[in-house]
Amino acid sequence: MGSVTKRLSGILQAKANKALDKAENPADMLDLSYEKQQENLQKVRRALADVTTAKKRLELQAAQLQDQTDKLQDQAKQALAQNNEDLAREALSRRATLAQQLQDMGTQHDQVAKQQQQLEATEQRLSAEIEQFRTKKETLKASYVASKAESGIGEAVSGISESMADAGVTLQRAQDKIADMQARAGAMDELIDSGALPDALGGGKDDIQAQLDAASSSSQVDAELAALKAQVAAGSLPSGSASAGADDQEPK
Amino acid sequence: MIVRILGEGLYELPDPDLPVVEEIDDVLMDAVDRGDEAAFTGALADLIGEVRHSGTRLAHDDVRSSGMVVPHEGSSLAEVKALLAEEGG
Repeated sequence: MGSVTKRLSGILQAKANKALDKAENPADMLDLSYEKQQENLQKVRRALADVTTAKKRLELQAAQLQDQTDKLQDQAKQALAQNNEDLAREALSRRATLAQQLQDMGTQHDQVAKQQQQLEATEQRLSAEIEQFRTKKETLKASYVASKAESGIGEAVSGISESMADAGVTLQRAQDKIADMQARAGAMDELIDSGALPDALGGGKDDIQAQLDAASSSSQVDAELAALKAQVAAGSLPSGSASAGADDQEPK
Repeated sequence: MIVRILGEGLYELPDPDLPVVEEIDDVLMDAVDRGDEAAFTGALADLIGEVRHSGTRLAHDDVRSSGMVVPHEGSSLAEVKALLAEEGG
């Protein structure tokens, strides 16, 4: 029942009122509002620094994953050159898994960028509001002291406290996302640092490279073997088998 | 009508444009009630688009109370449900 925007408006209002419950009189309310605004601004700035760090970390990790992806692509090519289609298939399938992770990271990156944008907007808004409120509150306090006129105060405070409630909700949302992002980035860092990334996707540390190396050294052995066989065929080795053949013919 | 988009700021919406916004608001509420994430995402994007398009952005230091509060751009259904659940407490 009701609409989303009306209900949210009521919730924001309740939050705004709660924040100012401690004020004993309208003049206190102005000071308390101002204090809270400044606290909020500090929190938003800290969150903004956190979100910027989280974004950089994601970018770094994505670059590392991209390197791995490129390497697997090269390995698949090498395996095909060695006529080892199974190995090429294995490299490509791991590459696909990494590509999927890269794509997920792209989505996360978009979300972090959006958080950053919303926090920046909040930071700018709060800064401007605080500046404006600072001068206004002194005027309002003076008129309250002089005539006990509360009219302007209620109006000024209700707008500012709603804005603070918005900042509070935005901050909370950003902090939740940042915590989530940091947990994921931490897990990914551990994987990358331990060199276990290829491991986690199946196989040894770089078993594909090991197989490629083995194949290339075994093809070298094959080449040497072929050279030896050619020498034998040309009869340049001691003729043990030729004399055995002569013995066979003797009983006839 | 003054409309707040959370995390963004205030817009002044001319009265003639109000019915369109309210209509999208109803679609949004319906999506929340039905737990329809796709419909929710679409309606929220529409709502924000409409407010930005029809409304006039208020300056940062123009502090007023709003009559409508729109969720953060890019909010998930779960996030908005959690926010709406704070109503009681």
